[in-house]
Amino acid sequence: MSKKITIGPITRLEGEAKIEIFLNEKGNVENTYFQVVELRGFEKFCEGRPVEELPQITSRICGVCSGAHHIASCKALDGVYGVNPPSTGKKLRELFYCAHSLHSHLAHVFALAAPDLMLGFNAPKKKRNIFGVIEKVGLELGKKVLTAREYAQKIQSIIGGSEVHAMAGIAGGLSKPINEDSRKEIEKMSEELLEFAKISLDLFKKIISDNGELKEVLDSKDYSLQTYYMGMVDDQEKVNLYDGDIKVVDPEGKEFVKFKAKDYLSHLEEHVEPWTYVKFPYLKNIGWKGLVEGIDSGIYRVGPLARLNVSKGMATPLADKAYQEMYDLLGGKPLHSALALNWARVVEIVYIAERINELVKDKEITDKKVRTIPEGITGEGVGSVEAPRGTLFHHYIADQQGIAKKVNFVAPTTSNNGPICMSIRKAAQRVIKNFKVDDGLLNMIEVAFRAYDPCLACASHCLPGHMAMKANIYNSDKKLINEIIRKEKVR
Amino acid sequence: MKTKKKLKLAIGLGSTCSGCDIAILDLGVKLLDLIGLADIVFWPTAFDFKYSDLEKLKDKEIDITLYHGTIRTAEHEEVAHILRKKSKILIAFGSCSCFGGIPGLCNLTDKKKIFDAVYSKNLSTVNKKGIFPEEKLLIDKNKSITLPHLFDTGKTLKQLIEVDYFIPGCPPPMQLIEGLIPLMKDVLEDAQLPVRKTVFGSTKTLCDECPLKKENKMISKIVSLAFTAIDPDRCLLEQGILCMGPVTRGGCEARCINVLMPCRGCMGPVLEIEDQGVTMISAIASILGVKGEENLTDQQIEDLLSGIKDIIGTFYRFTLPDALLNKKIEERR
Repeated sequence: MSKKITIGPITRLEGEAKIEIFLNEKGNVENTYFQVVELRGFEKFCEGRPVEELPQITSRICGVCSGAHHIASCKALDGVYGVNPPSTGKKLRELFYCAHSLHSHLAHVFALAAPDLMLGFNAPKKKRNIFGVIEKVGLELGKKVLTAREYAQKIQSIIGGSEVHAMAGIAGGLSKPINEDSRKEIEKMSEELLEFAKISLDLFKKIISDNGELKEVLDSKDYSLQTYYMGMVDDQEKVNLYDGDIKVVDPEGKEFVKFKAKDYLSHLEEHVEPWTYVKFPYLKNIGWKGLVEGIDSGIYRVGPLARLNVSKGMATPLADKAYQEMYDLLGGKPLHSALALNWARVVEIVYIAERINELVKDKEITDKKVRTIPEGITGEGVGSVEAPRGTLFHHYIADQQGIAKKVNFVAPTTSNNGPICMSIRKAAQRVIKNFKVDDGLLNMIEVAFRAYDPCLACASHCLPGHMAMKANIYNSDKKLINEIIRKEKVR
Repeated sequence: MKTKKKLKLAIGLGSTCSGCDIAILDLGVKLLDLIGLADIVFWPTAFDFKYSDLEKLKDKEIDITLYHGTIRTAEHEEVAHILRKKSKILIAFGSCSCFGGIPGLCNLTDKKKIFDAVYSKNLSTVNKKGIFPEEKLLIDKNKSITLPHLFDTGKTLKQLIEVDYFIPGCPPPMQLIEGLIPLMKDVLEDAQLPVRKTVFGSTKTLCDECPLKKENKMISKIVSLAFTAIDPDRCLLEQGILCMGPVTRGGCEARCINVLMPCRGCMGPVLEIEDQGVTMISAIASILGVKGEENLTDQQIEDLLSGIKDIIGTFYRFTLPDALLNKKIEERR
């Protein structure tokens, strides 16, 4: 067990995540630690609660991806109560969920990644935020970004009841249908979202083709990791965010396994390290081999690139075209680089906008029957969705009274924890040489892990905020020689 | 041209999901109004600030600080103290800092049990060596790396420091967030401010603003939401669905009710001194009943109450660290 230490004032203020970098005698990187510094314990305090309440409680794991937890929780309840939502219930959940994913992706691309991509790695700190980006792209496009994000939030609110922490998800479907007025309102917004998605894709491609250095760095082997990939696919093996089978491919792109979410325990395990509150999931049938990449290591990645790597394409036309183009331009499937991580997210923005447009025009979408009322309790359910940052699992075991007895989560940033640690180490090794460390170099390290869009609240079911971090750099005598703190724009 | 005077605004955080940050960003275009009135001097979630920047500020230099999140670690506690010292007006923002919020449900357990559930007795975790995260870990003879001290329980902000105003809600409703803009203008213009300790929101209960029809009738049992077809027009409580509306502060635009889901009390009690859970128990006692209840056997009474499966987790969903109950436990200790 942990020792009881009274942590002193000020000097112990670590922020929300920190990176410890140790250098050797020559001033090169010996080792790095990426630490997440808090734990809330949802797994424990959800025990004893009526399981039907968990969609509301677990959405509070994360206010950024509350919709992902809410829907994964509803799907787990479908299992606990042995109930299958009606067609419209599923479609409406998916429509809500697509809007949720879009809000998150837009915020990442324009608020988090854009400062690096559009302003460069060495842009002044004051400019490295959304306002700096708006200045660069112009107020007109800046307003479009804000409007697109607002629409994505609005759609969630119309269906779910609130932009943050939706309430309408329930075992067997949703608590309330939408009417024709709401449908029309969503449809109108979806047309604009689709236009905006096309602009985003063109803008992203232009930035990459205009900036040779950026492309070179992001596509280099120091910003690349050879791992397994996991993601959800539909019956045509196309990307699906709401439902499907979980497919895993190896670092060469060969199918490793395909399984149902309910069987996740046969395929996943988690490892514990004493220096961080976040665990390290790995493929059970390969095993934990430490923080190493390659086909013999059980480490896998999740998220937009993983989803694209495991699938045979996108289920909508424009996104599918963008998908093929990305693989053609970057050199075949699977892709492993930070550049591809960023690109895949933009391809998904196009997919999500198209999918919202499809769903809102679906004849069934205003059907009144959005919920199947269960008749009993089976007692166990696993719910999985593709959260914006990757595959998310909620697993509940309940007694016959409907009280939760055991609760487990595997969140995307937890799955990506090992890869994030490895990407930080690689990038640090590339940029820190002979004790040379500065703010610009630290930005280069951040780029490596920001590509994962890590969500620390989810990872530890616990942690506030996102990407607020501090890097401590020690020489070979373990003396602190540099200390750099960065806080990032929230998604 | 005369430079327009601007306020200094800080946003601090404890154990939080950051939904409060997202809700502030959801101001959208109005965010530009807010930024027009104030320079943001500290917002860990959103900008590049160091704690040392905060340290450099003079006492009371920050005009308004919004603090969201539950106090869960030694580090949260420290930052809250610093922000208090540096701020003229400190506002508890969101249910977590006002009342403890969902992370405050950790008070139903303790750190050891949480560690066991996450790292040891966990469905997907393999941990044969019994490794747990350590607050101070020696990585070789010269150097250890640390994690902040995690408390056994969660605390509200006012349990730690003086709080000037409270903006409840999980997250606070847009109307209340927008209300920050006139408040900031008043501060700028030295106008009369609301009485200290004001809790923003309605002074009435959610029931008072609920759009559903109430017939003031007794109910004979509490039902499980999962198995109940919800009548979209009638009071949820009168349909037997537990709803915290009678004891919860309004001003939330009835956002749960609008999608036919019961209130879970995120706005907290109507009067600041009230214990939301105790008030709810008495509300339930007055509405739950059957004919001839004086003659019921113990078993029948038990059946009547059996629909309420989780009193603490439901009646104190967002307010457990703030509950009178804690004082009782504290006294017993």
